[in-house]
Amino acid sequence: MDEIDYRLVQLTQSGLPLVSQPFAALALQLGLTEQQVIDRMMAMQQHGLIRRIAAVPNHYRLGYRHNGMTVWDVDDSQIDVLGQQIGALSFVSHCYQRPRHLPAWPYNLFAMVHGKTREETTQQIAVIRTVLGDACRGSDTLYSTRILKKTGLRLPE
Amino acid sequence: MDDTPVLDTLDRAIINTLQHGLPICPRPYRQVAEQLGIDEATLLQRLVSLMDAGMLTRFGPLFQIEKMGGRFCLAAMSVPEEQFEDVARLVNAFPEVAHNYQRQHQLNMWFVVACPDPQAIQTTLERIETATGLAVLAMPKEKEFFVNLYLPA
Repeated sequence: MDEIDYRLVQLTQSGLPLVSQPFAALALQLGLTEQQVIDRMMAMQQHGLIRRIAAVPNHYRLGYRHNGMTVWDVDDSQIDVLGQQIGALSFVSHCYQRPRHLPAWPYNLFAMVHGKTREETTQQIAVIRTVLGDACRGSDTLYSTRILKKTGLRLPE
Repeated sequence: MDDTPVLDTLDRAIINTLQHGLPICPRPYRQVAEQLGIDEATLLQRLVSLMDAGMLTRFGPLFQIEKMGGRFCLAAMSVPEEQFEDVARLVNAFPEVAHNYQRQHQLNMWFVVACPDPQAIQTTLERIETATGLAVLAMPKEKEFFVNLYLPA
């Protein structure tokens, strides 16, 4: 990533311009052509710097009031296989392995679930528990009660 | 608090389509509008309204900072109830804090720190500890199994 890419990230991190030709609008600010900006954005997407250009929903406002971070203490020797299986469940939006902080925090597998009702998330959690089976030694679900901040990435000037 | 959204069929179609992604081309909104059977101006108007109404928190590129040499790190704190609002303000004031959620648990504040330089994660977490006087537990991802948030409207 060079200086121009960095500037492109800075210019779009709060959002893509909501105008008919958003890449031309960015080009104007950078002294580039529209095609140059398009080429760079495509290259960044190809290389995975940009996952995609997309809408980020507000869970709560769309009716998903039961957003649970489910956390599991899973046998380390099985976590790769189980993490893949849990990540493949249609209702899991994020799935990661993270470090334990013993003794207070014994959990090493994280999976986010989202439901419009508590029953929906309870059912999702039951499915995860079934998939993990005996490899799971303990679990918890941390429901979010409030979004305190959600701005996304902000690169320094 | 009842803020049940009033979304019509078109709003829902726009939210669902645009969660999957916008093409990179000179008139990307026109292309999506055509798929939806509407005109570009209508799509842009609706998108502005959905942003203003807070249905969407953002519309733009979703960056993977690791691919730029940077890092994201999840972190958690146990904040005494009476200090919660003050600590939230202190933590949110850090530009490195990309998201922050209150959760029902002894560890009741969970935030994500994003830094273009991996070394800056540790120093940022230390600065947050200093600013708040509270211990921060770092929960960096060791492996990513799946990431794709899609919440149909």
